[in-house]
Amino acid sequence: MSEAVSALPHAQYSGLVDLAEAGLTGMITLRGDLASPVLAEAVRAATGASVPEVRRIEAGESGQAAWMSPDELLLIVPYEGAAGVVEALETALAGEFATAAEVSDARAFFRITGPQARDVLAKVCPVDFSDFAVGELRRTRAAQVAAAVWREEGDVWSLVCFRSVAQYVWDLLATVSKPGGEVGFYR
Amino acid sequence: MLLLTCPCCGVTAEETEFHNAGEAHLKRYGPGSDDADYEAYMFARKNPRGVHFERWRHAFGCGKFFHAARCTMTLEVFGTYSAQTLAPPAEIAAKIKARRPEWEGYK
Repeated sequence: MSEAVSALPHAQYSGLVDLAEAGLTGMITLRGDLASPVLAEAVRAATGASVPEVRRIEAGESGQAAWMSPDELLLIVPYEGAAGVVEALETALAGEFATAAEVSDARAFFRITGPQARDVLAKVCPVDFSDFAVGELRRTRAAQVAAAVWREEGDVWSLVCFRSVAQYVWDLLATVSKPGGEVGFYR
Repeated sequence: MLLLTCPCCGVTAEETEFHNAGEAHLKRYGPGSDDADYEAYMFARKNPRGVHFERWRHAFGCGKFFHAARCTMTLEVFGTYSAQTLAPPAEIAAKIKARRPEWEGYK
């Protein structure tokens, strides 16, 4: 088995905000009927979280469940166990109209930390972050590419994008968070 | 710049987060249909000055298609609604009628 490497290992930058690549993270795309109790039970078994409401992310003991679209969730689990979680999901959802696919190595995961995180994100995403609650998630674009952004806690934000555009998103975030580019809109 | 509300995820976002997908409520005429019907389905599109119904896709968001009723002249958006409809729903028609009393209704 080859050694797994995340998109931009150990990338870090400090400017208006602290940027960091989150490292190897297990991610599973689960598609199916989100109202189904069988699916809810499978999500709970995989992450400990309940099925999130629209545009929300729920945390459990062993992972997170993020709402991606009316029929899609992103399950965030430890990297090493992801393949096993997919197997367990497939077993649990055997009779359901649902699919689970591991996408850990197809995504890049960034963490944005600091009081100016919203200002930095608002420079690249066409989103009003003023009443963005903790646990809320938004799929949008970061400049030219698709991304999902959510608020983990107060000043800690997460951003997930396709791995193929990881360098682009990294350069983008690092550029807009250079000192001197303060906006000071969100306080 | 249009501000559209995706009925699938409830997000109100600006135009660049969406992708236009042409005229709404087209009826498909496939193999075995009349040549004239097929030609109209394939090539003939409405191009009104005023109220128009379009398909849009929330391309950078939830990825779902939906329909939007808007004015091509003023860019006013009257409303957005489910793509799983064959004609504009009554509440959308009422909203358009309130804003454009001269509108003749969906044809």
